[in-house]
Amino acid sequence: MPDGAALRSFVALIGAGFRRYSTYRQATIAGIFTNTVFGFLNCSVLLAVVHARGGPVAGYGASQLVTLVWINQGLLATVGAWSDVGLADRIRSGDVVADLLRPIHPVLNYLGGDLGRAGFQALTRSTVPMFAGALAFTLYAPQRITTYPLFAVSVLLGVLISFACRYLVQSTAFWLLDSRGPMMAFVVLASLLGGQYLPIRFLPGWLVWTIWLGTPFPSLQQAPVDILVERVSLPVQFGLLAVQAFWAVVAFLACVRVQRAAERRLVVQGG
Amino acid sequence: MVDLKAYQQLVRAQLRAQAQYRASFAIDLSGSAVVTFLEVAVILILFRVTPSLGGFVMREALLMAGLAGLAFNVCDLCVGNIERIRLYVRTGLLDAILIRPRPVLAQLILTDFTPRRIGQVVQASIVFIVAVVLAPIDWTPAHAVLLVLGPLFGAVYFMGVFVGGSTVAFYWIESGEFANAFTYGGRTFSMYPMSIYSGLFRRVFAYGLGFAFVAYYPALAILDKPDPLGGPSWLGWCTPAVAAASAAVAGLLWRTGIRHYRSTGS
Repeated sequence: MPDGAALRSFVALIGAGFRRYSTYRQATIAGIFTNTVFGFLNCSVLLAVVHARGGPVAGYGASQLVTLVWINQGLLATVGAWSDVGLADRIRSGDVVADLLRPIHPVLNYLGGDLGRAGFQALTRSTVPMFAGALAFTLYAPQRITTYPLFAVSVLLGVLISFACRYLVQSTAFWLLDSRGPMMAFVVLASLLGGQYLPIRFLPGWLVWTIWLGTPFPSLQQAPVDILVERVSLPVQFGLLAVQAFWAVVAFLACVRVQRAAERRLVVQGG
Repeated sequence: MVDLKAYQQLVRAQLRAQAQYRASFAIDLSGSAVVTFLEVAVILILFRVTPSLGGFVMREALLMAGLAGLAFNVCDLCVGNIERIRLYVRTGLLDAILIRPRPVLAQLILTDFTPRRIGQVVQASIVFIVAVVLAPIDWTPAHAVLLVLGPLFGAVYFMGVFVGGSTVAFYWIESGEFANAFTYGGRTFSMYPMSIYSGLFRRVFAYGLGFAFVAYYPALAILDKPDPLGGPSWLGWCTPAVAAASAAVAGLLWRTGIRHYRSTGS
């Protein structure tokens, strides 16, 4: 395998994804504004809960909850459970044939673009709402120095799992032609079970563990958030990373298998 | 009166087109069914860990959420499509709509009618009715009138927000998310008691933009509860006036915006 060339083209794809998203400057500003408004909203709700309880909720203190909200808002665009991989439209239009002719595996091809997207969003849409949050609220600063690298790894794993899941969901278009329905279902599950509205620890204990181990959704955003606000001890932080790694492997293996099945199934529309 | 036949045909064509992809259509319908209950689920989960929120117990908070949810979904059914203006402006498709002999706004609202929105109104109504049954309401004619007026004018108010927000697309391409802060953000904002918000954020959203009048003040009046923020009790009756103001501002923004449209130039 000519890995030098493969690596170079993969890096080029990441760069292209980054540049593509950096051209939508107005969209970025609009997105940052919306994330910030929702940050204020969610902070108000969670702080009201803390005030009513007069103490920590589900093991989170007030500053941890506030930090959790802003990290979540920042990660929304980076992990990008909502964003379009672009595969479904190309299946429907038949353009996907061009992807199959390329000397790079389709999963890697789309992954490159998505990593570039995530990189750009991490630099812009993850950082600015954090600053806005830090101006208005008291945020939680991690106490352990090890938390920072663990958080970075966790975000990367979250991005990878998110990509693989969305690739799988959009692959349903090979069979259904239109994947809007499955996408919708994925987004709904990812937002509730992924802890985007509320930390999933607000749910009963047995349900929390079922969701953590039985679905990939908490591995998207809840894992990096819990790691950063140090809701769990150091060994458990590593445990969360292990769960994420497990889901990343499962999701990518599924992508490769589905891709193989889809290629046999593909009928190009419109001749 | 303009003949409605053309509009009817537009809606029917849309329905037929979308039902072509049967499996996806079915999942879309059921997926959207979950969305409406999701926001209620969030409130129920919150009350699992706390007995009260901003000085309100669950039955009272559910009434606010029910009012806001129904108002939002009725609005979304009527004008939710206006969000697609981003796409029309960016691709220049709006040109095609401008040359047809029908009002632009009406065409935009009807050209991509999505039937799942009817389902969402049904679900929001169920949530609303359950909330009303559970809420400690003293049944007087005034309260009954408020229960009807609230969601109705709340919906008109949200329509103003949707149309007004959509006009950003005329000035800033690819900036659709900006309006989401006020439409979807506004829905979530108005579902909760205003007493949980603080500072400038509350002033701007609750009073500056008027989201406090969608559900919070009507709910207070229906529940006969004094405002923890110290507002007079007649504020619950102000929703129609606030809705009229919202519609007027939206109309102004729309007219200004559409005059500003200069096509894509390609």
